[in-house]
Amino acid sequence: MKKIIFFSLMFTFVMGAAAQDAEKNLKKLPAVNVKTLDGKVFNTADLNNDGKPMIVSFWALWCKPCINELTTIADVYQDWVEETGVKLVAVSIDDARSTSKVGPTVNGKGWDYEVLLDANGDFKRAMNVNMIPHTFLVNGNGEIVWQHTSFSEGSELQLIEMVRKLNRGEAVESH
Amino acid sequence: MFAAALLLLAVPVVRAQNFLEGGRVSGNFQLDAQVYRADSAIGAFEVAEKMRMNSFANLLYTNGNFSAGLRAESYLNPILGYDPRYKGNGVPYWFGSWRNEQFEITVGNFYEQFGSGMVLRSYEERNLGYDNALKGAKVRFSPTEGVVLKGLIGTQRYFWEQGPGIVRGLDGEFALNDIFDKEAKYRTRVTLGGSFVSKYQDTEEISAGPDELLILPANVASWAARFNISRGGFAIDGEYANKMNDPSAMNDYIYKNGESMLLQTSYSTRGLGVIVSAKRTDNMSFKSKRTETGSALDINYLPALTRQHAYALSAMYPYATQPNGEMALQGQVNYKIKRGSKIGGKYGTDIAINYSRITSIQRDPLDGDTVPGGAGTAGYTSPFLAFGNELYFRDFNIEIQRKFSADFKLLVSYVNLKYNIDVIEGHPGDPMVNAHIFIADGTYRLTDKRAVKLEYQHLLTKEDEGDWLQFLIEYTVAPKWYLTVADQYNYGNQDKDRRFHYPAVSAGYTYGSNRLTLTYGKQREGILCVGGVCRNVPASNGLTITLTSAF
Repeated sequence: MKKIIFFSLMFTFVMGAAAQDAEKNLKKLPAVNVKTLDGKVFNTADLNNDGKPMIVSFWALWCKPCINELTTIADVYQDWVEETGVKLVAVSIDDARSTSKVGPTVNGKGWDYEVLLDANGDFKRAMNVNMIPHTFLVNGNGEIVWQHTSFSEGSELQLIEMVRKLNRGEAVESH
Repeated sequence: MFAAALLLLAVPVVRAQNFLEGGRVSGNFQLDAQVYRADSAIGAFEVAEKMRMNSFANLLYTNGNFSAGLRAESYLNPILGYDPRYKGNGVPYWFGSWRNEQFEITVGNFYEQFGSGMVLRSYEERNLGYDNALKGAKVRFSPTEGVVLKGLIGTQRYFWEQGPGIVRGLDGEFALNDIFDKEAKYRTRVTLGGSFVSKYQDTEEISAGPDELLILPANVASWAARFNISRGGFAIDGEYANKMNDPSAMNDYIYKNGESMLLQTSYSTRGLGVIVSAKRTDNMSFKSKRTETGSALDINYLPALTRQHAYALSAMYPYATQPNGEMALQGQVNYKIKRGSKIGGKYGTDIAINYSRITSIQRDPLDGDTVPGGAGTAGYTSPFLAFGNELYFRDFNIEIQRKFSADFKLLVSYVNLKYNIDVIEGHPGDPMVNAHIFIADGTYRLTDKRAVKLEYQHLLTKEDEGDWLQFLIEYTVAPKWYLTVADQYNYGNQDKDRRFHYPAVSAGYTYGSNRLTLTYGKQREGILCVGGVCRNVPASNGLTITLTSAF
C-alpha cells in the first residue's frame, strides 16, 4: 500500500511540474522496440520524416474501421505525399495470431505505408492507445501535436488539413 | 517496496539534471457503465445493483530514457461478462523503467513476449478482462547491433492477487545480417532465436484415485527455438517449443511432455500477397497454477490459426485453440485488381480468400493400454505429423471490396464455417454447426463529411440456433458524430418461441481522442464494431455508456 501512495504522490508532483510547461513541452514519440515487416528490431524514437509531418496510425487486421481508414487514405496517399511530403506509419497491433499475415495483406492491398509490428502492444501502451483506430499527427520535430480515435468517412480530409496547417506553420488544435 | 525505494533514491539524483523540467505525463482513461434490464428470454438476468461499472486509468511519466507508470482499476461491480473476482478497486499495475543504448531495466509489472509467444507471453486485453502481467524484474541487453538478450522473473497477475507460481525466462535473438553483414551485401535476411522458460510452484497433494497420490514436479521447464528467413518478397518463419511433464487440471494430470510447432511461409509483391501456415499443438497448456482451468495465469500464448472475423454474424462462431491438442492449417491470398483496368474499375478491386482447417491430433494408447491413459499416467503417444480424425473447425471465406466512384464503395463477403460445438463450447452430443454467411456492406458519401452506411448480414444454418439476419444503418458526420440503428433477428430458431430480435441504437461523439458513446438495446456477446471502433462485448440488455479519453 505504501508504494501505491508513494506513486500517487509522485504523480501529483510530476503532473504539477508538467502542467507548468505543457505549452512548450509537447510529447515526443517514446522509445519502444517494435519490429519491421522483415523482422528487424526498430526503436520508435527513431521514426522520422526528414523534418516533415508524419501520421502514426494504430490498426489491426480484425479492425474494420482501421482497414477502412487506411484503404481510404491509400487512394489519395500519392497526392498527399506529393503535396505535403507527409509520411504515414501504420502500426499493426495484431498479435502472434496474425502478425505474419500483416505483410502479405499490406502488399496485397498495394499500400505504400511504412508498416511496423507491435505484436505485444508495447508501443500501443506507451502511446496510451485504448481503442483503434487511433491516429496521431507528429510534427517535423517528432512531437505529437494532435490525436484522434475512430474513423468515419471524411475524417481523412480533416487529417490532411492538419498536415497542411503544420506545413504552413500554423497552430494545430491539440485535440 | 524495492522499486519505490529505488525511485526515492532516483528522484533527488535526477532532479539535479532538471529531471522534472523535461518530463511529460500522459495517460488514458476508460469507463464502461451498464444499466441493466432483466430479460429472461434472451438470458439477461436481473442484476441486483441495477447498474455496474468498470473503469481504469493509465498514467505514464516519461523523461528521456526514464519512464514510470501505473494503472488504477475499479470494478464496482464488474460488468456482466467479466470475471466476478475482479470486484474491487486498486492499483494492480505499476512500473519503473530506464534504458540506454544497451540496457533496458524494468521493475514492477510488465508485459513481454518471447518469439511467437509459444513459451512466454504476458499481455492484456482490457476490454476482455484478460491480464496476466508479470510482476518482478526484467532486463533487456543488446551488446551489439542485431543481438537482443532478455531475462525476467516474476509472478503473474491473478485478479487482485498474484498467482502462486514463479516464472523465470531467458530469450536471445540474433539477426545474423546485422551482426556479420554490416554493409548489407546479402539480400537474404536470417534471424535466429531461442528461449528457455521455467516455472516453480510448491508441490501439493493431488490424488489420481482412491489410494494414488501424485508426485508433482515443482519445477517445469520449457524451451523454444525459432528462425525467420526473408529475401525480397519471400519469407519463411517457424518456431518449435517443448515443455517438460506438467500434470495439471488442464491436461487431466498426465505426465506427457508437451510440444508445439508453427511454420509459415509467405510471398508478396505489390498487389499480391500469399501466406500458408501450419501449426501443431500437443499438451501445451502452461499455467503458473496447476489447478487453474480458466483463462487466467497462462504463461504462454496459443493463438488460433484462423481468421478473426470483423462482422457480428461471421464472428458468431469463433474458434478457440484447444491447448491439449490440435493440428491447424491456414492459407490466405490477397489480390488487388489494378486501378483503371477493365475488371478492376477506376479505383481497383481488393479480393481476399482465406481458408483454415483444424482437426484433433492422433492419440494412441500407451503400450498395454486399450484407451489413452488418464491422471497419473504418461497419457498417450501421438505421431508428430498425423492429423486426427475429428474435425474441430473449418472456415472458407472470400471478401471482395470495391470503390465504384468517389462517393460509393461496397464490400461483399461469403463465409462457410464448420464449427465443432461439442469440442469448442463443450456441448456434448450437439451436431457440427455448418453455417453459410453472406455479407454486404455499402457506404455512400453524401457530402465530404456526411456518410451513410448500410450493412446486411445473413447466417444460414440448420444447427444450433438456426438462421440469423442482421441489418444495420449508420449515419456519420466526420470526425465527430455517429448514429447507428441495428437489429439482429434469430428468425430461423427451431424453437418458435425463441425467435428473438436484438435491436440496438447507438450514438457517439468524438472530440480528438475523447469519445463518449451510448448504446441502448439488446446485445449478443461478441465482437461489436460501431461508430468506427471495434471491441469485444458481453451479452446484455439495457443502456451501456462508454467514455474513453487519452492525453
